[in-house]
Order: sequence, then structure tokens, then C-alpha cells
Amino acid sequence: MAIRDRLSGNEAVAIAMKQINPDVMGAFPITPSTEIPQYFSSYVADGLVDTEFVAVESEHSAMSTCIAAQAAGARAVTATSSCGMALMWELLYVASSYRLPITMALVNRALTGPININNDHSDSMGARDSGWIQIYSETNQEAYDNFLQAMPIGEHKDIRLPVMVCQDGFITSHAVENMDLLEDDKVRDFVGEYQPEHYLLQKDNTLAVGPYGISAYYMEFKKQQAEAMKSAKKVILEVAEAFEQVTGRKYGFFEEFMMEDAEVAVVLIGSSAGTGKAAVDALRQQGKKAGLIKIRVFRPFPMEELAEALSHVKAVAVMDKAESFSAAGGPLFAETRSALYDLPQRPNLINYVYGLGGRDITVTDFEEIYSQLDSIVETRQTGPVYRHIGQREADGAEKDVTYERYQMENNNWRWQSNGL
Amino acid sequence: MRKAAEINEHTPWQELTPGAEIYEPATSKLVNTGDWRTMTPIFIEDKCKHCLICVPFCPDSSIPVAEGKRTDFDFMHCKGCGICYKVCPFGAIQFEKEEK
Amino acid sequence: MAYNFKQEMEKPERLAGGHRLCAGCGASVAVRGVLRALEPSDRAVVTNATGCLEVSTYLYPYTAYEDSYIHSAFENAAATCGGVEAAYRVLKKKGKIEENFKFITFGGDGGTYDIGLQSLSGAMERGHDMVYVCYDNEAYMNTGIQRSSATPRFADATTTPVGRESYGKTQRKKNLTEIIAAHNVPYAAQTTFLGNFKDLHEKAHKAIYTEGACFLNVLAPCPRGWRYDMAELAELCRLAADTCVWPLYEIEEGTWKLSYEPKKKLPIEEFLKKQGRFKHMFTKGNEWMIEDAQQYVDQQWQRLLDKCK
Repeated sequence: MAIRDRLSGNEAVAIAMKQINPDVMGAFPITPSTEIPQYFSSYVADGLVDTEFVAVESEHSAMSTCIAAQAAGARAVTATSSCGMALMWELLYVASSYRLPITMALVNRALTGPININNDHSDSMGARDSGWIQIYSETNQEAYDNFLQAMPIGEHKDIRLPVMVCQDGFITSHAVENMDLLEDDKVRDFVGEYQPEHYLLQKDNTLAVGPYGISAYYMEFKKQQAEAMKSAKKVILEVAEAFEQVTGRKYGFFEEFMMEDAEVAVVLIGSSAGTGKAAVDALRQQGKKAGLIKIRVFRPFPMEELAEALSHVKAVAVMDKAESFSAAGGPLFAETRSALYDLPQRPNLINYVYGLGGRDITVTDFEEIYSQLDSIVETRQTGPVYRHIGQREADGAEKDVTYERYQMENNNWRWQSNGL
Repeated sequence: MRKAAEINEHTPWQELTPGAEIYEPATSKLVNTGDWRTMTPIFIEDKCKHCLICVPFCPDSSIPVAEGKRTDFDFMHCKGCGICYKVCPFGAIQFEKEEK
Repeated sequence: MAYNFKQEMEKPERLAGGHRLCAGCGASVAVRGVLRALEPSDRAVVTNATGCLEVSTYLYPYTAYEDSYIHSAFENAAATCGGVEAAYRVLKKKGKIEENFKFITFGGDGGTYDIGLQSLSGAMERGHDMVYVCYDNEAYMNTGIQRSSATPRFADATTTPVGRESYGKTQRKKNLTEIIAAHNVPYAAQTTFLGNFKDLHEKAHKAIYTEGACFLNVLAPCPRGWRYDMAELAELCRLAADTCVWPLYEIEEGTWKLSYEPKKKLPIEEFLKKQGRFKHMFTKGNEWMIEDAQQYVDQQWQRLLDKCK
């Protein structure tokens, strides 16, 4: 019997970690992921886990600890956000290139400049090419479920890649939801024991990790990583299937919402999907054929599958909760547009950058986006491709979205500056 | 999995160890760093008192010791730095231009 | 246990030849010396900061180590060693490992005094059961002899070159051993290659077999960076100790102890004049530099003697 509980996203992940009982956790506090190591250290303090909790002096050392522990033959986990992950940057590449299946709970938060503690995806999106598997969660339930699936994926002998399980800072990390937990023994059965073939502390053999790789070898190792990432697609689906058998909850590369007959669609990542779905429901009431795709697995990117899912759609808005300053759109947009290139009949595509630094997105915003898509279908004119939504504009400026909510008189975000 | 001795610059990616790991100890022994030498230490056994003071000073682990006595240099790894020649108190090591 | 030199020299090597360090390099002499202090029945995991030692001793597919080895980055060797040690503790607790392992890290002065100092401080403060060994060659040798905070004043390094307006590095060498001692670690020491390596061996043995985070700072001359005849390694180390430029001492549970007092303290010129990096100090008009350096060494030496009383 599943356990029904009421938990925040951070707590849900911490409980997943407790149930897994990993060998080593190296972590450093950073808002909004701090609660994860905090909850976890209380499990350590109460003897509920066997884990060595290493309270390091920086995220750099947190990831260094995890890399070393995993290479030593232990299962290592960490949790971080934003600048914390940015400080790990160099080591993200070390972890993946050493083929160490570390699991990271990433609670997405905007990167500094100016400092901001709220959610967007600029941290993980910047790390999209670091060789980590990236799985995103919409809800607390998904954060928990994805975390349980991370190790069987990353540790698979054909994969051996680190996995980051992402959830949206504050939106899911601090909001409390009703959710279903698995029993401890079921979690342990599902996740299994970590049994690496080679490790530093092995009885009968030595292991050397982290050589200088000259040009004669370096590219071959990158090819190995690239192939592992390709193979991960199959394993991700296998693990999802096994998970469904245990829980009844179904996961894939992405979730399709009302997509079967959709003419217009939004593609996005994370918690905003809930708001988007509410808009789709409302539009469907009005007889509009709106649909939504929520990307769960961003690395590896489900290129063919996404193209197939969008092949019958006329216009698509891809939503990026991260600027990439490419002057041509965000990262999800670039990937999605590239995925659709091989379709014989391509939908028109626009990109919305939204929600940066915790800026809200509402059902009304989504309705506006869908209405933009409708007019693209109607006029067969895409118009400006790369747009921002939820942005104040000077009077008289050419606006990406003409919409009162974003004008100067708006005071929706005053609460933030009034001392959160 | 291939052994270090079987790995070279022609090995395809499929046959390289994953993550550039090596599962054997001390594979550097396969590398001939002796050919870096331009000067060569010469062990004069008659003069050697086997005090072994040269042994820990060798940066290349190239002075083998067996049964309390040093033996001739490991010329596959000796780079000819001359440290042993300088520390020998008994003149039991000469240091000369290598003749090829 | 008394130091039995001959017996120690017969132990199987734990650092193999065939690595690509320069001829005459002090780093591998330090590594051999430290690893020799391991009991043959104990296994070890060696950790390494990026640097000369790392790129030369594990260049794929050739590792020079008889033991397991991990290198991850430049500034995180201490955290890496701590991570392995944490894994060991939990796997041992779970009964997954039976053997005894020891954890030894090697980093150059760049990776230790400078970029890795935070990670080192963290690991020392947390008290992992490990030894951090700095092979101090007083500059960033791997990238081409740039100054570090371990470079002494007046040294001609490639980022503190001697020029019309410059006399080499302006700042003094950082005293890292004292910084580590201030962490109240159970054991910290300074040594170099002297005589039959008794000092280095005993300190390495203590550091390895004292529970907790221990630190060893080994002056390891670099013939290229210091610009001396590479055959003179032993002489350079002797002069460093006899001029008191590099005093040998240890701090055991807070107690300072001098390990070596020169019979006759030599003037600093004896050490400086052997090295190209200090050559400009001997040109006419630069006498003040030698005086300054001598004054500083004397002051530091007196401070150390006071601590060791």
C-alpha cells in the first residue's frame, strides 16, 4: 500500500534519499535547496540512514566529495541550486566524463546578476551540455518519483552517467502537496544495490581514475560519453516502465496533454505546466484545439519522439524559463526547432522566454500565448520568433506582447521587495 | 577489457576503458623514459658499500635493491639526472655522456 | 619504531618508474618518500591535484601508482581525498570492505597554498582521516614557472619577472604550515630530503598513522623553475635546511618541535647563489636584497625557535 502524505518538494526528495539510504552525501546550503541536506542530516542524526554526511565548505567541495565517493565504490548524492551548481561547474564535467552515476537534486533557481533566490532554469540549462542526464519535475510527486528512477538509470552498466533531478525552486520545493510515497522496502528493491564493476576501494584490484588524456585519446572518451547518452534513452523508458509496474504512475520523455488532435501547442518544462494545462482546459471548453507538451527528459533530448508528437500541429510556442542570450531564443526553443527540422510539414514556431527570477506566469498569460498561436495559424505569419512574456515595456515601445498586466502600474511583485 | 599494454593510439573508442580508467597498477613501467637520457650513471660495483643513500634520491625509482644491496640501474626508466652520482659518498657512481 | 634505513629501502616501490616528470624532479622523490612510510600490509588510495605530478604520473593509459589513484581537478584534492575517506568509512561500517586503506593526497604549492587552500582548509577542519602532502617547489611549474604564494620574495618567476622596474616577486612566501597548524590538526610538519630521509620518513609515518587530518609540507626543488644543475637536488635541500630558509619542524597536538638545527647556520647567499631565479640579487647595487632576505629568514627562524621552546 502506498503511503499518502503531505510534503513539500524538498521534503519529498529528502525522504526519497532516506529511503534509498545512499552511502555518502556531500552538500552545502543554498536557497532554495537547503532543506534537503537539512532534513537529511536529521535522518543521519537520528540513525535512520547509514550515510556519511559530509558538510563541506562549498559546493565545489560537495561535488568533489561525491565524485571521489562514487569512484571509491559508494553511492553519492547531493542537492544544490543556482550559484551552488555554478560553483560545481568544472566538476559536473569531471563527474560525467569519469562516468560516475552521482545523483543530484537540483532545485532550480535563477543565476545571480542581480542576485535572486527565485525560480527559473538558468542554472540547469547552462549545464545542459555537461554530460549529465537531466530530468525535470512538474510536481512534488514527480520530484519524488524522478529521484527514485535516477539511480537505476544512471548506474546502468551501459550508461554510467550522473543524473540531475530538477524541480522548481519554491514553487514545488516549498509548496506542500498531497502525494503518494512508496514503502521503504519497495524503494530499496526498486533502486537496488550499487554494484560498480571497478572502484578505488576494491578488494583484489586497483583503479586509477582521472588521467591526463592526450589528443590521441580524448575524443574517443567523448564519443563513449555521447554513445552512453544515446543509450540512456532506452534505459530511461525501461526504468519508467518498471516504475509504473510498482506505482501505477506512468512516465516517458515528456508528457502530452490534449495533444492527440491539437492544432496549437505549447512546449515547456517544469511547474508552469500546471498553469498551462489549466489554460488548455479552459480553451478546450471553448472548443479550441489546444495542447501542451511538458518535457521531462531534457538530456538526452528526445528529438525524434518530440518531432513525432508535434508533427500534426500547426503552430507551437516553446517556453524557455532561461535566457540564453543567443539573441535568437532560449535553449528549449533551439532544441525543439532543431527536432522539427526533419518533419516534411513543419509547424510554425515561436519562442517565449518567461518566468525569469521568479516572475509569475498565469493562466491568462497562457491564454494570450494560445491566442497568438491561433493568429499565426490564421494569418500563416509567424511574426517575431523570439519573444519575452511577462516583461514591462516603456510606453510606445514595440512590444512582444501587448498586455496590460505587464505595464508599469502593475504591483504584483511588490511582495517580494517588501521583505520576503 | 583491454590491458594498458594493448591500448594505443590506434585503439577504437569501443575498446578503450570507460571513463579513461585503468584497472592495473603501475602501468607506467611499460614506458621507456630511459631514452630521455643524455648522461648516464655508471655503477662501479667494486666501490659500492651498499649504503643505499642513492636509492631514495632517485626520482625515477631506478635503483633496485635486493637483499640489502643495490643492483645496477633500471636503464629503461633512468633519465640520467645525476642526483645519485652527486650523493654517492664513495665514488661508486660515475656520470658520463651517453654513447649511443 | 626506530627508522631502519636499509629495511625501508628494500620495501617494494609504490611509485613506479616510467612517469614523465622531468629528470631530477623533486616531486617524485617526495612521493616515493611518503609512500614508503606506508606499512606494506596497508593499501592506499592516492589523490592528486592537477599539476606536474598528476599529468606526468597518470597519462592515459599509464599510471605510475601501485595503489588506487584519483585525480579530479586542481583546487579540490583535499575534498577529493575526504570524499574517498567518507566512502571508506561507510563501506567499512556496512561490512563491504575488510582491508585497511590509508588516504594520501599530493598537491603542488599552486594547488595547495593558492587555489586549493579553501578545499584544504575544509578537509582539515572536518578532520577526515587523511594526509595532505604538499610538494612545494615554490611556483606554478606545470604552466611554466608563474609565481605562487609559496614563491619567496625576490624570485624571478614568469609572472614576477626581473626587469628595469622590478626585482622579482615583491611579496614574502606564505607560511602555509602555520596556517594548517592553526586548524588544530593533530599533526602538521615541514620537511625536505636530507641525509638518509629519516626526517621525511618519520614525519610521513606519523602523518599517515595519526588519526585525523594531517599535513606534510615537503620542499621539493624544481631544477627548471629554480634554475640549478639538476644533479644538485640533495645539495639544494641541505642548503635550504642549513640556511634556515626551510626549517624542519613538526606540530604534534599543538606542541611545536624543531626537528633539525643546523650545526652552523649558513648565510642565505649559500642557498640563493646556486639558483638562477635569484641571480639578479648578486649584481652590484642589489646587495640590499640579500640583506633583506637574510633579515627575514633570521626573524622567521627566531620566531620558530620561540615557538619550539
